[in-house]
Amino acid sequence: MNHISPTIWQFLVKWLTNFALFPPEASKIAPQMDALLFFMVLVSLIGLTIVVLLIVSFSILYNKKRHPVAVQVEGSTLLEATWTIIPLGLFLVMFVWGALIYFRVFTPPANSMNIYVVGKQWMWKAEHPGGQHEINALHVPTGRAVQVTLISQDVFHSFSIPAFRVKREAIPGRYTTVWFEATVPGTYHLFCTQYCGTNHSQMTGDIVVMTPEDFRKWLASSTSGASLAQNGERLFASLSCAACHNTRPDARGPNLAGVYGAKLPLASGGTVIADDAYLREAILNPSQHVTQGYAPIMPTYQGQISEEGVIALLEYIKNLDSDYRVQQTLNTTDLPPGSEGTAPAAAKAPASKGTVKP
Amino acid sequence: MSTNTIISLPDQSTARIPKDNFITRENGLLSWLLTGDHKRIAILYLISITFFFFIGGALAGLIRLELLTPQTDLMATDTYNKVFTMHGIIMIFFFLVPSVPATLGNFFIPMMIGAKDLALPKINLLSWYLYMAGGILAVYTMASGGVDTGWTFTTPLSTHYVNTNVLTTGLAVFIAGFSSILTGLNFIVTIHKMRAPGMTWFRLPLFIWAHYAASILMVLATPVVAIAIVLVALERTFGIGVFDPTKGGDPLLFQHLFWFYSHPAVYIMILPGMGVISEVISTFSRKRIFGYTAVAFSSVAIAVFGFFVWAHHMFIMGISNYAVLVFSLLTMLVAVPSAIKIFNWTFTLYKGSITFETPMLYAFGFLGLFTIGGMTGVFLGASGTDIHLTETYFIVAHFHFVMVGGMLMAFLAGIHFWWPKITGRMYPEKISQLAAVVTFIGFNLTFFPQFILGVLGMPRRYASYPPEFQVLNVFSTAGATILGVGYLLPVLYLIWSLKYGAIAGNNPWQATGLEWQTQSPPLTENFAAMPVMDHEAYDYEWLEQQQQAHKESEAPHAG
Repeated sequence: MNHISPTIWQFLVKWLTNFALFPPEASKIAPQMDALLFFMVLVSLIGLTIVVLLIVSFSILYNKKRHPVAVQVEGSTLLEATWTIIPLGLFLVMFVWGALIYFRVFTPPANSMNIYVVGKQWMWKAEHPGGQHEINALHVPTGRAVQVTLISQDVFHSFSIPAFRVKREAIPGRYTTVWFEATVPGTYHLFCTQYCGTNHSQMTGDIVVMTPEDFRKWLASSTSGASLAQNGERLFASLSCAACHNTRPDARGPNLAGVYGAKLPLASGGTVIADDAYLREAILNPSQHVTQGYAPIMPTYQGQISEEGVIALLEYIKNLDSDYRVQQTLNTTDLPPGSEGTAPAAAKAPASKGTVKP
Repeated sequence: MSTNTIISLPDQSTARIPKDNFITRENGLLSWLLTGDHKRIAILYLISITFFFFIGGALAGLIRLELLTPQTDLMATDTYNKVFTMHGIIMIFFFLVPSVPATLGNFFIPMMIGAKDLALPKINLLSWYLYMAGGILAVYTMASGGVDTGWTFTTPLSTHYVNTNVLTTGLAVFIAGFSSILTGLNFIVTIHKMRAPGMTWFRLPLFIWAHYAASILMVLATPVVAIAIVLVALERTFGIGVFDPTKGGDPLLFQHLFWFYSHPAVYIMILPGMGVISEVISTFSRKRIFGYTAVAFSSVAIAVFGFFVWAHHMFIMGISNYAVLVFSLLTMLVAVPSAIKIFNWTFTLYKGSITFETPMLYAFGFLGLFTIGGMTGVFLGASGTDIHLTETYFIVAHFHFVMVGGMLMAFLAGIHFWWPKITGRMYPEKISQLAAVVTFIGFNLTFFPQFILGVLGMPRRYASYPPEFQVLNVFSTAGATILGVGYLLPVLYLIWSLKYGAIAGNNPWQATGLEWQTQSPPLTENFAAMPVMDHEAYDYEWLEQQQQAHKESEAPHAG
């Protein structure tokens, strides 16, 4: 072929060296997912073989030449029960097996490290707790559960890492989470799989999986000088949040220390757990979420803070919880010691209490 | 009796197309455009859906050409987005939904149940006009800039972030929806009220059962998508905020509404196709469908369960994990009746007397491809594997196996099966068998590689893709070329047959349905005298006795 057409030859070489039939398995969940996938492929192949074999053998045995007069058969309850119950049983096995994997993918372990990812037309912006920003890339260590908290700033996007077998929709105005534990260092595709407008097919990126050692180095070299919580603190100050949310006895707003994860009584009656979603809503849409004992005077910040800003504020508020702070420090001490800085340093509380809630 | 065909044609030297039939009864364009005859309306539909099919097919060709290389080199990403959007909208709303019901259903439901027409002939004509209005509007929007939301119109993309023709396209789908509702309504009324004496529910051909189930879906599900489209229009024009999270709306609500229609719509598309397959397999194996009752009820079961699985399109969208459990389980249950049908059709062949005319080849193609399409649906219905496979080419391959491999194969099977009845003439058998084989090969080459692409993670709706996906995409594009040939061939030889085809006679396939017991093409009133049904469906012994009696009555005359 080389003699006939070098162009075609090169094309073929390029193809065959660049040809894949199965994606790499680079996370802990991937082999589990693939086991189910192979089981399904096997069942499908057997089912298809049975159907094709029956059609072919009936076509041979009972074609008109060989079998000129058809024998009428009304049906058979036994046979029909067989091909109702066996497929049903197999489908139910797949249902249970699938559900087990589904719950695993969307239930992060308690001590996973959290990275925020904001999707917008047409890029992925990742915010590490240490303040490292990334666009269209995400660096993660091996051997460590990483929870990704997703939100979209505009339309639906979908955060897909085929090598990890995980995917989660990034929804406007709502946090969603997914987690994974990477196992093999390397660079993998990150795709946006939910159609999101003109440059949907360019909303891709790289997932860079590193050994914990390399990851620590990467974190140190990419720090922007301030952690996410510190960015949040600055924003907290510049928006004058502290004018009301302070520790004075006559404060017009509730004190936010320790509020993350706490059960809050609402002015409208009932209680609510102050998780990411609630805090985000309370910032953007405060009149709907007034804490008991306070007047509904907080103005809305809708349109004034970007999703990244909200995330920084959340991270700051989370860090006002001393227990949480300890846990975060234990989980993500990958920060260089100097950059811990001004975050509230009440690291005395026992480490076992605070956990990242999905 | 040792030939391997059942085609029995009248003596070609003396045979004539009957002078009086529904085509010759009246002449002139107006006699067609103002007709109330279900058969003429079916032909209007057949011509128009073929037109839309080839527009949608041309768009598919453009998609496959762009995907031949990893870069975006044939067209800009915006253009590509418009092309796949219009491909989806035209193929789904203007081809697949009306394909079998509006053409074959319209033509044969009254004939199969022994009626003169549908119950509401003027409504039937109205539904064709609505369909055309929607279709022309859709083509007009395509010509005047197109729309790039994807056929799913996902909010808030469609309401706030694109400035293409969302409103006019939405209006086109909205109008076409009414066409679908009216057709469904018409079928339900007809099947209930117009059956000939003796035509009990369990003597109905399975084609009728399938259409009955599909009609219920059309009538109950289509209004929901109409509402969803109206809400999108209101949100886009006046910003009412139902789907806008900044105003307290829920962006996911749209998808719930949309899939509440669009999942049952899948069954609106496939059930009539299943009806065709039942007729064809029975005829060409000379046997009553194995387990008639099971097949009939499985159609109804699919229609009922089909309403309760819509959220399986949203497993990764942050709906409650427990909702995912419920919808995943129900999805598994809806797969069972489809499996039952496949095995019942297969066992119909058992002890039959099988011949392999063109409709039967398409039906065999359907069985294989629909089995693959159905099984891969289970991959997506199991919540765990759905995470990895959804929104990738796996899903594209899956629904093309069901819709194109299943529905389009069934449609072609039906067209080839009833063509002699509709036109009174046969098409050339050898070349049509070739076309069926070409379609099958082309189809597999096009869509099977897409399963692998999906497992590899290639996202759908991408104008460009990483280079390692190219090999499989080249296979797919090559297959699409073959598939295109497979679709063009029937158009050519079917048109040819209108003038040069052999005279078919009343019943070239020796089929049992009432529609075959009258002349071809039929009279405007279908039957010369009101038929009385005195036997079960697919009763080949009855047919033989009839023919024997007919021969005996003619014998003295001839002698």
